[in-house]
Amino acid sequence: MIRFLLWLLGGVLLGGVVHLATVLLLPTMAAKDAYSRLAPLTPVNKVVPVPAPSPDKATMPFMDPAFAMAVCRYDLTDAPLKFSVPISQAYTSVSFYTRSDIAYYAINDRAAGRRVIELDLMTTDQHNDLPDNEEITAADRLIVESPTNTGLIVIKALAAEPGLLASAQNLLASAKCQPQPQ
Amino acid sequence: MRLLLGSLFAFAAAALIGLGATWFALNEGIAYGGISIGAWTAWPRNGTPGIDPYARAMVARSGELPVGSGDGITFYARADDAERPFDGRCDVALSGTTPQARFWTLTLYDPEGKLVANSVQRHGFTSQEIIRSASGTFEIIIGPRARPGNWLPTGGIERYVLALRLYDTPVGLATRYGRDTPMPTISQKGCP
Repeated sequence: MIRFLLWLLGGVLLGGVVHLATVLLLPTMAAKDAYSRLAPLTPVNKVVPVPAPSPDKATMPFMDPAFAMAVCRYDLTDAPLKFSVPISQAYTSVSFYTRSDIAYYAINDRAAGRRVIELDLMTTDQHNDLPDNEEITAADRLIVESPTNTGLIVIKALAAEPGLLASAQNLLASAKCQPQPQ
Repeated sequence: MRLLLGSLFAFAAAALIGLGATWFALNEGIAYGGISIGAWTAWPRNGTPGIDPYARAMVARSGELPVGSGDGITFYARADDAERPFDGRCDVALSGTTPQARFWTLTLYDPEGKLVANSVQRHGFTSQEIIRSASGTFEIIIGPRARPGNWLPTGGIERYVLALRLYDTPVGLATRYGRDTPMPTISQKGCP
């Protein structure tokens, strides 16, 4: 009996390890996470509109139907990226996600404070490699550091009424994300 | 022989307990750092790199993108203030005010996060669309049949989830949750 209880205790302890391991490994193995869902729709380093969600079809669950949405799936391996989007009358935001869908930075039109949100996206190494004087001349340039080489830039523009969705989508169509010439 | 049987038993128990606990945790939505105000719950850490491992696993499995913390915050409700789960065949009133934010949106989803089909193709409201009373408060009736005023159709589905998203808001990790964050109340009005 005691022997059985000891085996059971061992099983419970091992079960705890299995539980923690599965929870920690699941994000790296998930095949239907947001990045994997968007990857087939989005060429690398290009802004692509994400279709508005409908009851029959939605790219991702829990999308906000009041927003027009576009995505730039980036890869910084070769060069940093220049990103810009004009801001709408209502509300525009740009959010950055790593390859594993972690939101590491987000900015909205008010924080940007201009008619256009403009920024440079680079890895920490690329940021460190920037010549010092260039950083001074570009003092008003917003630099965002990506913790991973790949990830997602999600651009959203609010359509305060359903009739405004088309103009919000038009606005996002003029967003740009381009690798910087070296 | 005993050793083999014992270790097989232990491994079986480990797999059952470990996988069972993971399945349970992800399905029941157990994530740390949730903030509940009335019927509403938000996980402000989910929009930051400090997202906890359980929430990360849930996000990876469902395929959603959490709203980044510089963008806004999402509050979810699955039941009314009396903790009765939402029933799409009943009328539910959502009333009061929202915390300070430049814009907010309210959206109705089925439990999997899909929009719900209905005759008027309305899936939610934005703060600009809502009809308010003279005092600045609002009331939204959520139910299967058309209503005057702010009506959010449920399409008659059995269970649904409400998401209230605040955009460009001071509400977040550092907020003291209390009088500063007046969330709308949710009460059931009647059930056929």
